[in-house]
Amino acid sequence: MASKHTVITDPDPIFGKLTFDSVPFYDPIILTTFLVTVMIGVAVVGSVLYYGKLKYIWDEWITSVDHKKIGIMYIIAALIMLIRGFSDALLMRSHQAIALADKEGTGYLPPEHYDQIFTAHGVIMIFFVAMPLIVGLMNIVVPLQIGARDVAFPFLNSLGFWLFAVGAMLVNTSLFLGEFAATGWLAYPPLSGIEYSPWVGVDYWLWALQISGIGTLISGINFFVTIMRMRTKGMTLMKMPVFTWTALCANVLIILVFPILTVTITLLTLDRYIDTNFFTNELGGNQMMYVNLIWAWGHPEVYILILPAFGVFSEVVATFSRKRLFGYTSLVWATACIMFLSCIVWLHHFFTMGAGASVNAFFGIATMVISVPTGVKLFNWLFTMYKGKVRFDSPMWWTASFFFVFTIGGVTGVMLAIPAADFVFHNSLFLVAHFHNVIIGGSLFGYFAGITYWFPKATGFKLDERLGKWACGLWTVGFFFAFMPLYALGFMGMTRRLNYYDNPVWNAMLLLAAAGAIIILMGIMVQFYQIFASIRDRDKNRDLTGDPWDGRTLEWSISSPPPFYNFAKLPVVNDRDQFYDEKQNGTAYQQPEKYKKIHMPKNTWAGVVIGCISFVFGFAMIWHIWWMAIASFLGMAVSYIIYTFTKESEHYYVPVEEVEALESAHYQRLKEHKNQVDTLAV
Amino acid sequence: MTDLTVNANHAAEHDDEEHHDYAGDAMFGFWIYIMSDCMLFATLFASYAVLSSSFAGGLTPLDLFDLKFVFVETALLLFSSFTFGMAMLMAKKQDIKKLMLWLGITFLLGGGFLGMELYEFYHFSHEGATPQTSAYWSAFYALLATHGLHVFIGMLWMIILVVHILKNGLTEVNNTRLWCLSLFWHFLDIIWICVFSIVYLFGVMQ
Repeated sequence: MASKHTVITDPDPIFGKLTFDSVPFYDPIILTTFLVTVMIGVAVVGSVLYYGKLKYIWDEWITSVDHKKIGIMYIIAALIMLIRGFSDALLMRSHQAIALADKEGTGYLPPEHYDQIFTAHGVIMIFFVAMPLIVGLMNIVVPLQIGARDVAFPFLNSLGFWLFAVGAMLVNTSLFLGEFAATGWLAYPPLSGIEYSPWVGVDYWLWALQISGIGTLISGINFFVTIMRMRTKGMTLMKMPVFTWTALCANVLIILVFPILTVTITLLTLDRYIDTNFFTNELGGNQMMYVNLIWAWGHPEVYILILPAFGVFSEVVATFSRKRLFGYTSLVWATACIMFLSCIVWLHHFFTMGAGASVNAFFGIATMVISVPTGVKLFNWLFTMYKGKVRFDSPMWWTASFFFVFTIGGVTGVMLAIPAADFVFHNSLFLVAHFHNVIIGGSLFGYFAGITYWFPKATGFKLDERLGKWACGLWTVGFFFAFMPLYALGFMGMTRRLNYYDNPVWNAMLLLAAAGAIIILMGIMVQFYQIFASIRDRDKNRDLTGDPWDGRTLEWSISSPPPFYNFAKLPVVNDRDQFYDEKQNGTAYQQPEKYKKIHMPKNTWAGVVIGCISFVFGFAMIWHIWWMAIASFLGMAVSYIIYTFTKESEHYYVPVEEVEALESAHYQRLKEHKNQVDTLAV
Repeated sequence: MTDLTVNANHAAEHDDEEHHDYAGDAMFGFWIYIMSDCMLFATLFASYAVLSSSFAGGLTPLDLFDLKFVFVETALLLFSSFTFGMAMLMAKKQDIKKLMLWLGITFLLGGGFLGMELYEFYHFSHEGATPQTSAYWSAFYALLATHGLHVFIGMLWMIILVVHILKNGLTEVNNTRLWCLSLFWHFLDIIWICVFSIVYLFGVMQ
């Protein structure tokens, strides 16, 4: 994107490094994307203004501290970023399919553009798709599962979301203004140093990750405290639903390792901005330290991505097998073991660095040990299904697909964990196939299962089942076509991130992989159509009872969507599958005789305002516009200080009458629904 | 301070009619934040250790460190933890005037520490050891400046908190804030003890 720019060594005092040349007018692909994006943006903003919905969106969404709405916003943002990340994937696959040097030229993407695409693809898919999908699901589900009315720190929840959103916006800005990093998603120095990446690409990477990383850390602390302190009466740790357990472990990992990311990024920032020598080629700089630090964060990060997905599968399997989860205790301990082990395996990402046989052996064995608790989990799920009355609704399709896809990924992971073998696999497409195998087949399928499963809870109507199964089928088939050839190509010696190649033998496999990517594209299109069709036909798929799947945990005991205070009366828990138990005993759905007023947090402007100013700050730092950086930093600080002065009046009481009206309406719906079912039965 | 200690099991006890224990949430949350800040410093210490002999043939700590100077600096910060403790005792007695006095002394001691640290940075730079000199000095400045920045934020927080207390008195919210700030301040002391031992004592031992 930035082939024709001139590197400015002496930034302008007003505009920093920003010049007219920063806009990539020379590239028709980017220019068209830019115009389309602007038109969509204008259309969205215009229709909001035209229909007079600005106040609604501001009051009900942007300033909301309701965890369910924040969760929905995370997921919408993630799906939008999925389009961007997947477009990058399509560009790469189609480029490599025709990038055989001696046949038809060398593909259609110039190297500096191609390098930015594979970097952006990785960064977007991990930080701005997978992470918000998890945090979004946690937001919607965790407080409901533990019988809480909100999270511990509602303002921080809002702030965390907006910081994440700003990170995503910075990455997207890089497409139209300047360039993105061309370094690979973890920006190893010295390539990411100022000498080899002199323009703004790496700076976009630094500030997008720094700002959204701080947002993630804030959410991590928030959810840890929420789970530890806001569980309802009787819910001991070993009575927590498994999704909440996995969310807890993921949050522990966030709290432990995101500070490492913060420091690592800051040190690289210092190297680039004030010429320090942490990771430089001269004056004692140590690039291997960067690789160690970034993976000390990066490996636990992949477990942050997958543990909550395991939690989703646990909920889905138990619900759709109509059986208690098999081996709850072993599943919880397996999760905790994985949490611990994930912190002592980071070196397997660079066995070839030359740490020595003993060090490599330690990390290799630790890595293989992780497959034991993971295997335990798979057997937990399989034995839950064994002799269960299994229903194959679409969440169960994703789960079943996961069993097959993820197991293959796990096996190739153990192959990579053997240091001697890794010298062959390292940096090859075998590795690329492996991590897509676990991240798509494990994490992503888990989030899709979770979104389908909890969609009626969040919105009040189900997603279209038939389209959901089509999406799952297309994703699964597409996955095998897109990534199995990459395993083979890895064995055939093809390394990752190649802009062109001259070995004609690879070409057939790459064509197959491109076909797979197109099948996945169809899967994604079906998913978007599924969301559209389900909203259009929402009256057909209404969830009147709040319990569409015959669920087992507390979130299904309240209406769909839940009232903003979640529980009119805080539930008391005696059993792991509390709600299922109540349904069996006939004690479910009992309306309390009288209600009490409810203490709830008020909306706040502070999250979105501080978030927006942090965008200006990030932008100013990227372009070296120092006056703007100082002003916006002060702006953030002052906004926060002003916010602290409103803290004393942060809460309000929901009057009894309002609670009563909302609850009675729900019980009325329940009664009507029951009558309908009874009539049908007669 | 025992009455303010966090009780993590509290969650199981609250009920709708009861006022939820927001102060307890905040204190527990702040402990967790401190733990994550510990990881931040641990990473900086690890980087410092890795680069501890990467002088690139330039100046070493032996050429520059002056333990007597650092001892005074350390004493100022450690003593400020004591004065913050006194402030907390005054807060418990609801004696706002004396609370302000002890907070003021703490602020001055913190300021003295920061002043000395900045002087030391200036002095070292003048002698030719800037953050750009070698990887060792990059790590040195990054670690110490991060700690110093924390102290600075703590002092800023003190000013804002004083305004809060003067405005609203020692409400539950302000008491919680004071408790969190005191935790933060003591934590920075502990970090400084590690800095003193690992950076300065090991530095002159080489």
